Amino acid sequence: MDLMAINLAYGIEKLLLIGGIITVSLIVAMYTTYAERKVAAWMQDRRGPNRAGPFGLLQPAADGLKLFFKEEIIPLTSNKTLFVLGPALAMVTAMLTSAVIPWGSSLHIFGRDVSLQIADVNIGILYVFGVVSMGVYGIMIGGWSSNNKFSLIAAVRGASQIISYELAMGLSLIALLMMTGSLSLKTIVQQQMEGGWNIIYQPLGFLIFLICVFAECNRTPFDLPEAENELNFGYHQEYSSMKLGLYLFSEYVNMFISSAVVSTLFFGGYDIPFVDEAALSLSLGANTVALLGFGALFAKILFFLFLFIWVRWTIPRFRYDQLMDLGWKKLIPLALANMLITAVVILWLNK
Amino acid sequence: MSFMERLYLPAIFKGMAITFAHMFKKKATINYPEEKRPFSPVFRGLHVLNRDEEGRENCTACGLCAVACPAEAITMEAAERKTSEEHLYREEKYAAKYEINMLRCIFCGLCEEACPKDAIYMSETFAPSNFTRKGFIYAKDELLIPNPVTDKEKYDIAKGLREAQLKNK
Repeated sequence: MDLMAINLAYGIEKLLLIGGIITVSLIVAMYTTYAERKVAAWMQDRRGPNRAGPFGLLQPAADGLKLFFKEEIIPLTSNKTLFVLGPALAMVTAMLTSAVIPWGSSLHIFGRDVSLQIADVNIGILYVFGVVSMGVYGIMIGGWSSNNKFSLIAAVRGASQIISYELAMGLSLIALLMMTGSLSLKTIVQQQMEGGWNIIYQPLGFLIFLICVFAECNRTPFDLPEAENELNFGYHQEYSSMKLGLYLFSEYVNMFISSAVVSTLFFGGYDIPFVDEAALSLSLGANTVALLGFGALFAKILFFLFLFIWVRWTIPRFRYDQLMDLGWKKLIPLALANMLITAVVILWLNK
Repeated sequence: MSFMERLYLPAIFKGMAITFAHMFKKKATINYPEEKRPFSPVFRGLHVLNRDEEGRENCTACGLCAVACPAEAITMEAAERKTSEEHLYREEKYAAKYEINMLRCIFCGLCEEACPKDAIYMSETFAPSNFTRKGFIYAKDELLIPNPVTDKEKYDIAKGLREAQLKNK
């Protein structure tokens, strides 16, 4: 990108895009909390929240307001700066990843090509990994500054869990990157639009990646850091009011962004399945197709959000040794094998 | 464990199929204040003190209900009927004060069975609410059924559906 191209219109365009994406992620996260309660209820033959507004649709607003109006408690023996920093960091790192995800192709507005991606960084995936591994600081700082044994144990658990699963996650992606030959998420999506989705070529890689995503998001069956019935809510035990809200909320934002990353890497991102976008844009116009593509990505994200919830209400939590066993002894060797096989096949095909 | 069991994934998919199927099953919950479950004909709800067709109180303050009550929730004070009060009370003796402590009551229905005058009677009303404990001690003004002569509509509601059901049979 040429530095001279950074002018006022460009700045406004990016600011609007950032604002839009943050708003969308927050609203989706809000309604994921609602969906979680609804789906959980349905799976347990109950009805779920249906009192606040029609079908209980105002429930997230009621929950949010409740958290805002609750008393803010900062424990006397806590490290106050870090105690406040913890939830803020969790929230910020959860939002940061959305910057490199291509939310659609580009729109033509006022004679300008507006890309629906905040920053097409050529090391997009590395950026995602960098930010995701920052996410553990939110948990670690929160748990440590609470000055509480349960919180500390939870924080240590969380840190070791995330570090362990990041390895398998990275290894499973290396196989994918060997196929695409690019770290830019936009390029990966465009390659999938031409050559078919990566899930067809990398089913094992996808499975490993998905399991690791569950672990990174601290979702059941890997929710050991918060483990209600063992550690009294773990790292956010001492938190109250909106600081607790931010922790809970960042989990849902994380889920949304992770779903977007999984859809982008393995399910073609904004690719509309079984449709030739180039031919369609001639008949419908490029802008409509771009919006349809955004819709397709959104549908994929919603499916993965449902999957997150579905798994949560099906599988019980792992024991700590089982968690480590799965991460180190199963997933890492599997990911390595997957990587080697992919490498051999690529070399063999090239010859 | 066999290899398939050690893989763990087939079991997970089976479990997920079960939870998914449960999403479409009939819900056990009902939307309570809007919908109510039908009562059995012998449902024992809050008590009412009955009146006869002319609107006179049935209770003669014999105290048998208070004696029968295993929770000792009922107290009463008797009084003698004056000559001008014949349209108010059916018997020569009546309950000037009649109280049931609904926090003590276990809704066993023994008072209903003990009553020789068909005066105490358990309705279909249930789940009372109040702000104080004192509010749960129901006196005559809360217990007495509305007058069937002057207030037929409220009387029928207080008697409840059960009466109508029994008549239809």
